[in-house]
Amino acid sequence: MARLIRTEKEVEGRFEEVWVVVEEDPLEQWPAGPLTVVGRPAPRKDAPERVRGEARFTADIRLPGMLQAAILRSPHAHARVRRIDLAPALALPGVRAALGPGEAHGLVEEAGFAGAPVAAVAAETFGQARAALAAIDVEWEELEVVLDADEAVRRGLLTAGPRRHERGDVERALAEADVVVEATYRTQTVLHNSLETHQAVCEWLGDTLHVYISTQFIWGVRQEIAETLGLPEDKVRVVCEFMGGGFGSKNNPDEYTFVAAELARRTGRPVRCALTRREENTAAGNRNATIQRLRAGARSDGTIVALEGEFTNAVGWSGWNASTEGPMRMLYACDNLRTVTYGARLNTPPMKAFRAPGFVEGTFGLECLVDELAARLDVDPLELRRRNYADSNEGTPFSSKNLAECYRLAERHWERRHEVHARSDAVWKRGVGMASQIWYGGGGPPSYAWVRVGSDGRATVITAMQDIGTGTRTAMAQIAAEELGLPLERVEVVLGDSARGPYASISAGSSTTPSMGPAVRAAAADARQQIDDIAEQRSLPAGTPVEDIVAVLEDGQILGKGARGPNPTGMSVLTFGVHVVEVAVDVETGEVRVERVAAIHDVGRIVNPLGASSQVEGGIIQGIGHTLSEERLLDPATGRILTTSLDAYRMPTIADVPEIVCEFVDVPDEHLTNLGSKGLGEPPIVPVAAAIANAIRDATGAEVRELPISREEMLRALEAARAQERGRRGAPAAV
Amino acid sequence: MTELRLRVNGSEHVLDVPVGTGLAHVLRDELGLTGTKIACNEGHCGACTVQIDGEPRLSCITLAHAVDGEVTTIEGLRDHPLVDAFVRCDAVQCGFCTPGQVVSAAALVAARPSPTREEIRHALAGNLCRCGTYPKIEEAILSVAPSVEKGR
Repeated sequence: MARLIRTEKEVEGRFEEVWVVVEEDPLEQWPAGPLTVVGRPAPRKDAPERVRGEARFTADIRLPGMLQAAILRSPHAHARVRRIDLAPALALPGVRAALGPGEAHGLVEEAGFAGAPVAAVAAETFGQARAALAAIDVEWEELEVVLDADEAVRRGLLTAGPRRHERGDVERALAEADVVVEATYRTQTVLHNSLETHQAVCEWLGDTLHVYISTQFIWGVRQEIAETLGLPEDKVRVVCEFMGGGFGSKNNPDEYTFVAAELARRTGRPVRCALTRREENTAAGNRNATIQRLRAGARSDGTIVALEGEFTNAVGWSGWNASTEGPMRMLYACDNLRTVTYGARLNTPPMKAFRAPGFVEGTFGLECLVDELAARLDVDPLELRRRNYADSNEGTPFSSKNLAECYRLAERHWERRHEVHARSDAVWKRGVGMASQIWYGGGGPPSYAWVRVGSDGRATVITAMQDIGTGTRTAMAQIAAEELGLPLERVEVVLGDSARGPYASISAGSSTTPSMGPAVRAAAADARQQIDDIAEQRSLPAGTPVEDIVAVLEDGQILGKGARGPNPTGMSVLTFGVHVVEVAVDVETGEVRVERVAAIHDVGRIVNPLGASSQVEGGIIQGIGHTLSEERLLDPATGRILTTSLDAYRMPTIADVPEIVCEFVDVPDEHLTNLGSKGLGEPPIVPVAAAIANAIRDATGAEVRELPISREEMLRALEAARAQERGRRGAPAAV
Repeated sequence: MTELRLRVNGSEHVLDVPVGTGLAHVLRDELGLTGTKIACNEGHCGACTVQIDGEPRLSCITLAHAVDGEVTTIEGLRDHPLVDAFVRCDAVQCGFCTPGQVVSAAALVAARPSPTREEIRHALAGNLCRCGTYPKIEEAILSVAPSVEKGR
């Protein structure tokens, strides 16, 4: 029976209460460990199309008569359009339409950052559209520019009020602590750089808008477009069969979609609007910089008695105030805690969610601070983490938590440090560091799926979700195959089109598998029940193959439907893990090489160990870029972005990859759905920066508290460590 | 418009495109060979890699009229053993960079049938993958090397 319930929904660490109709979820979880299909490595169902270049991305959509759009962006970090003349652009060859501020959602009169969209042109070719932009005459009124996050906080320029958390009595606990450590950590702005840039192709057919878009959330895009344009939602069709990376930056339609839709409406032709790489690196979102002023107090036995943090997120012109304080609140048992988190409103491009937003940054600060505490207490860092293990989330029980088992599995990697130290020489210093991981990843309702079984014994899972490259298409096929008792090659998955299948959840916040997997299993179980009923009526013996049971149907089909059940009430659903990293630091040049990463994660049941290992490797590699080489730079005088090309913005290459060892505590979360799986997209990037920084300290004694740890930063930290050493010995400081 | 003669994957094409058009655009927009991806359009990422007479080239910064040789795109390598190796080893996540990776890797194994890890890293360092499939790409190339050798 359908049930209407009020439930808490979490995406990227943001919570809201929603009403959902859920169906009873009577299925018992499968036993732990590898089953027939689930829990066994499976190459991706769609890998052949992707590898052979046959997969059709939004970038590959070619519609008859399609025009190309280009967007005029503000050259100023803060300015108002006083006057704009589109006529010279409209007079140029190939130009079919032009839009000024306010003529499409997202085109603004007041540009709050360099790169803000103000006008757009559609032309026969992209070259013509770009040329037309140059002809648009704009008179700007330049306004005051604020680029410094501390200044913005001082002046009360915030995106929202400060967020505060407090428990216990921090002042007293700090006063009574045997040891107090205090440090400021800074993380930089980094860019998603999905290889397929943000883009959409829009076409009006009758009164229906068809939107082909590179997105992580088909239904969110449909809803937002419908609401913005005043259309019924079923008059917007959203298609995304394959998408070339998002990492959190493609959850909404944004200006390029509305520009394409409006230009398509005006011209009566399909319009593509695709960001260039340089626009992508200016205005398509970023992981915002943070400043973290942290304090921790502990008793001499290693018990952490106080944690305090003042966090500033350099949000930009708009965006949300991510939970940078989250790890400090949740990772350790600590009775006395106080945090405040400011979201600084700046004349810089807006942040967007980027793979565990807030927690990547906050874990860097917290887990470095904990290692500094371990050094002061002379306690082994792994032991210190165990002594402060949290058994609940501020009193709320965990649905499951196997971090202790992660720590146990980490021991053999942690014990390598003696051997690693021994491989140091005069130039290359080697060390080992660790950091824990905590993040969300429980998913939730509403999410629906259908399963169709033909008389040939082949099944199709139908749901309008998206596979953003994480392999969820394959995971859904495995779950359905397991439940139906079919081999994986007899199950197909149709997804990526709001007109073909029921509502599916966002692919963000490590939620696709835990949201969609239970719905797919429920749909498959519904189909399987019908198949079993038929077998019984035909008096077929138990174990008769599906194809033999359904063969009599001819053109008939079995149709199963399923919905995602609710999350457990009164429980915190979280993911956990630990990384142990080995680094080598060239103390003469400041070069840092990550040599080995052991990653142990607890995300409940693993559906596809092969795809899961790829997720972990990808997260680690992205984390290495975040830690060592990536940084969006802007001109401090003008606020213009300097690192717009992939030459200036340095992402890891295949040559930067360390040895990666990937392990899972593969235990289903007994309280979470019929599947017991949590998400894995984000956990692997969370502890990387802290573990590398801790390994650097272990190798060299240098305190690296600022990302990225470039050669310059590394040399500065080494010199500071040497100066401190000289000071301790009482030697005169070098001039 | 200026006549362009182009040999692609064994077929001869005569096209009318403006001088200054990039090879990647001709492949994608004129010939419909959208397996070649454009991710940066300025020669920094390798997604647009094709082979010209077996050598890997960045088609986004190669002028179509300047091409003098046989162009091989991912569409011409669909039966290459590397394709199956990439699939088997899970050397693909979002897949946007993957055709370029395969084209670069195919040029490598043609020249060095049994490349070392170092040689793979050197040859593929110009092909960015934001999803971080690199370990699996390395594995895929290593796995296919002997079978390419055997095929000779």
